[in-house]
Amino acid sequence: MSDIVLSASDLTKRYGSFTAVDGISFEVREGECFGFLGPNGAGKTTTMRMITNHVPVTEGSLTVLGMEVMANAREVKSRIGVVPQDNNLDTDLRVLENLLVYSRYHAIDRKAALERAGELLAFFQLAEHAQSPIDRLSGGMQRRLLIVRGLINEPELLILDEPTTGLDPQARHVIWQKLRALKSQGVTLVLTTHYMEEAERLCDRLVILDHGRILVEGSPKDLIEKHAGSDVVEIRLEEGESAGDCLKALGGQVPDGTVAECSADTLYLYAPDGGKILEQIRIESGRTFLRRRATLEDVFLRLTGRELRE
Amino acid sequence: MREPAGPIQPVTARATSRVIPDITRRAFAVWFRDAKVWATFYKASLIGDLGEPLLYLVAMGWGLGKLVGTVDGVPFIEFLAPGLVCSTAMYAATFECTFGAFTRMTRQKTYDARLATPLSLDEIVAGEVLWGGTKGFFSGSAMILVMALFGFAGSPLALLALPLAFLIGLLFACLSMIVTAKAPSYDFFSYYFTLGIAPMFLFSGVFFPLHTLPQWGRTLAWFLPLTHGVNVSRAIFTGTVDLGTAADLAWLLIFSAGAFLVSVRAIRKRLVM
Repeated sequence: MSDIVLSASDLTKRYGSFTAVDGISFEVREGECFGFLGPNGAGKTTTMRMITNHVPVTEGSLTVLGMEVMANAREVKSRIGVVPQDNNLDTDLRVLENLLVYSRYHAIDRKAALERAGELLAFFQLAEHAQSPIDRLSGGMQRRLLIVRGLINEPELLILDEPTTGLDPQARHVIWQKLRALKSQGVTLVLTTHYMEEAERLCDRLVILDHGRILVEGSPKDLIEKHAGSDVVEIRLEEGESAGDCLKALGGQVPDGTVAECSADTLYLYAPDGGKILEQIRIESGRTFLRRRATLEDVFLRLTGRELRE
Repeated sequence: MREPAGPIQPVTARATSRVIPDITRRAFAVWFRDAKVWATFYKASLIGDLGEPLLYLVAMGWGLGKLVGTVDGVPFIEFLAPGLVCSTAMYAATFECTFGAFTRMTRQKTYDARLATPLSLDEIVAGEVLWGGTKGFFSGSAMILVMALFGFAGSPLALLALPLAFLIGLLFACLSMIVTAKAPSYDFFSYYFTLGIAPMFLFSGVFFPLHTLPQWGRTLAWFLPLTHGVNVSRAIFTGTVDLGTAADLAWLLIFSAGAFLVSVRAIRKRLVM
């Protein structure tokens, strides 16, 4: 058994003439957390749904745990866990019943299922809600229960499609902490997100996806260094001022190799090659500006552009 | 970007192309979920199952029966009851696999959750249809119980009507799954109920013997599945089982099997994109 848990090559999904995923290739190694980042409609969810065999692959190969997904759907799905983007908990059943019914789908016997459900509910701080109806749970608790359900078959690989979208900061932090704990127990995690912060905190490696293609691949740190440098200065342009005017006003302070980008009312200056030179820029008083560390969001926006995706 | 490991094969083995459905015993896990939810509300459900046939028997059998007198040599209420066993089974299974199944498939995303497990889509359809058949069985059994209380089901042969109720339930569950697979919204079901189920209820020999119809009417009725169910049921309760009954039974079995295969394909066509 190689240490590649998930591998895709030239993976393509077309709906009629629309190409949702356009020949992507990637490999996920055992025990890592691998992220898919991208704006809405980039093909993240379609990719996840091909991995979970909800959606047939149009072209290319997709191998999970050494097995071609479509030819071995049953075996693959018995060894992976799925946490979907849409909440599909069974609202006709209570918390524990949800897990027991789901265990039956996995052909896990009742005694083992009860034991596993008890452990997982405790680990995800849901033990006292075992007998609650689903609609009594908060959004964060429902999301945790979705993860518990995805783990009921002790999967080697857990697929999470936007695990924290729509949650408040407290609920997100609890989920992050639990996912890190799972990773340290050896579960391989694959997740999609459009929260850069989430990707930066959780992912060992990630790809940025746009229009169904992979733009870049790497660790968050490497991607930031390579595509955004270490520091960013954001300067709010004044009424009627162009980016050029603003740069001129800064005079010779902007070092060579600095990348300047303008979006609507803001000028972004990205320091070259991890340089900290931007710290020395003196900005005339009265201007609104922000000096900060570069983040994955800078990488993301530089690569995918700033126009709205709706 | 990495080079692909080998030549890329286009994927041709589409899940939708399989002729023989991919079904194992896991289908019972699907049935189990539906049964478990039903068990939570079983009291309300049983009142409906028992109450409705009782109302029909009293209103139609006694009320209308006073005016009608006898049909084919038996009091109207005794003529009517075996037909109602079949029609209640039909309605129970049809409601379950139209409104019930559609809700699970769309609004509640139950199928989506099931598809993330080792269940195949074919097993989900099989489990749902099995549950629809079970609902038909419950309703038909309730009617048989009411008949026994009225004293119309004295012969032990009446027990054969129990598996018949299940079979009729299965048949209409399969038909309903086809409708559900094609339904864009709940409104679609009112067409099915008005144009399919209501005529079935009225022209399958539940309320009057089909030999009173002209030849073309009888021919049309032969194509209605419920007609064959009513024939078998009446033969069971009047103790007149013969070769014709066997032919009706064969009709029901073949039609159910065909409807099941079509329902599996229809659901695949809707959900596998």
